[in-house]
Amino acid sequence: MAITVERVAPAQVHRRHLSLQQRETIEAFIGLTPYLTGFVIFTLLPILYSFYLSFTDYDVLSPPKWIGLANYVKMFTADKLVPQSLWITLKYTIVAVPAGVAVGYGLGVLLNQKAKGLSFWRTGFYIPAVVPAMATAYLFMWLLQSDFGIVNTTLRSVGLPAPKWWGDPDTVVWSFILMALWGAGGGVVLYLSSLQGVPTELYDASKVDGANPWQRFRNVTLPMTSPVIFFTFLTGMIASFQVFTQVFVSTQGGPANGSLFYMLYLYRTGWQELKMGYAAALAWVLFVILLTLTLLTLRISGRLVYYAGEEKN
Amino acid sequence: MTRGGQVQVGPVSFNRYLLVRRLGRVFFYAVLVFFALVFLAPMVWMVSASLKPEGNVFEIPFRLWVPGEIHPENYTVAWSQFPFWRALRNTMTIMVLNMFGGIASAVLTAYVFARLRFPGRNVLFVLVLSTMMIPSQVTLIPQYILFRNLGWLDTFLPLTVPAFFGGGAFAIFLLRQFFMAIPSEYDDAARIDGCSTFGILWRIIVPLSLPAIGALAIFSFMGHWNDFFGPLIYLNSQEKYTLAIAIRQWQQVAVWGAGAYRPPLWVHIMAMATILTIPPVLVYFFTQRYFIQGIVISGVKG
Repeated sequence: MAITVERVAPAQVHRRHLSLQQRETIEAFIGLTPYLTGFVIFTLLPILYSFYLSFTDYDVLSPPKWIGLANYVKMFTADKLVPQSLWITLKYTIVAVPAGVAVGYGLGVLLNQKAKGLSFWRTGFYIPAVVPAMATAYLFMWLLQSDFGIVNTTLRSVGLPAPKWWGDPDTVVWSFILMALWGAGGGVVLYLSSLQGVPTELYDASKVDGANPWQRFRNVTLPMTSPVIFFTFLTGMIASFQVFTQVFVSTQGGPANGSLFYMLYLYRTGWQELKMGYAAALAWVLFVILLTLTLLTLRISGRLVYYAGEEKN
Repeated sequence: MTRGGQVQVGPVSFNRYLLVRRLGRVFFYAVLVFFALVFLAPMVWMVSASLKPEGNVFEIPFRLWVPGEIHPENYTVAWSQFPFWRALRNTMTIMVLNMFGGIASAVLTAYVFARLRFPGRNVLFVLVLSTMMIPSQVTLIPQYILFRNLGWLDTFLPLTVPAFFGGGAFAIFLLRQFFMAIPSEYDDAARIDGCSTFGILWRIIVPLSLPAIGALAIFSFMGHWNDFFGPLIYLNSQEKYTLAIAIRQWQQVAVWGAGAYRPPLWVHIMAMATILTIPPVLVYFFTQRYFIQGIVISGVKG
């Protein structure tokens, strides 16, 4: 049977002047047409165009005016809000992303210890992640209210200092970090599914070798689940550079620009002050920063992340 | 999903080992309960505030409710002030179009990457993955200008049309992982029966991938229920506002409600926030198994 097929196929192909491979290639590109069209229209050309816009003065109403490097010069020398918003965003990312991953992963490990009523706990931890962002923002505005908020009344009642949270430019970022951590349970589902996928043979083998629970965690669990940790870390980092909604509906960047996250500054520049050229320059600088951070993370992770079934080099 | 068969401790000789084990178990559940309380406390506070008199929302010390002063009518008042149905219809329109367009085009793209061999496949797939790393800000401004030039501002088009062109790198990646786990013998069998390349996708791959497609639909629901930035930028007229934008607008200026220009009370905002939280929680609750199954299969087998 197989022999006849092999014999017939080349003859047919010859007649149509198209090899099977050529046909498959044509079909592949037919299938990819929507994606590639979308990629060019909504990603590639916009990236290039925004690069061009970043060298112009553009208020949307009149055509863009070429001003060379002026936007970038202004960003790095005159505009103090650029370093400030970058620093705020960076501070938020550095604390909220690793802490969020740690909390989510920790909860996943806990739930993986044969907890009874798994679906109950899972739902409980997940609920904060599905509360609409603006509802969360309203909640935390009042939970962390400096005079009457529950958190500060509790802190005072046990004799701890009560920070001003939203009211102080130095602590307002921490309010947002707490808010982010509250939603960290959303990742539990992902961690838990990867923890449950670790083959039990590996645990049995390490038990036979006399590994204690910590060593088993360190040498089996952690490496086997590292791809998921890495994935959530990277996507979390990119997302946290784009924090907007929570800030927009609560502090609007205040007090004293203490919560002027980068994305909020970009929105303010582009859509409230109609300085699209400058906003494009802001976007491009962020793009370069994120690209650097991503490549750096990929570089480091090459040594730390273990992919089962993938040949190294 | 549930891990049954917890160790049944029969008549126990109460030795030290078991005591330590039990104490460990108690401590374990104490930690779980603590975290559950931390995670649920703000929710509880929100619901509690939505039933209080306005003056007691921020009272010290905190009470779960004020005796004799429970106000379920906060919900009816909030309901009458807030254009819920209109905003829901807008949100759902955007959501359904995104779900359909995004999933349909992601299925097609993922199928090509999972099953067809063609020159440049790996390079193109890396390209798809790398678009996940591009922050939306970079493309935001030109896209805005493009939609403005097309006259699409203040319509749902900028928020829905792009979904029909690929459905996003994450969806493509998830589906491709899922498709790769389906044995290619099924394809071969169908091909021998005369099925075309895209016929195989429609008749074999899609019916076998319903868990992954379902998971994507749920992700899409969660994402669009809460989406804020897109509608904020592209929609101007109140009739087109989605839920997330409408509640923000309501809190800001309160132009609705029998021609009265009063700002809404906190109890009413909390009541509306509670109402808006219910649908995603219900969706999660009822689709939980399905949702997790989708993740597990793609993650473990991929």
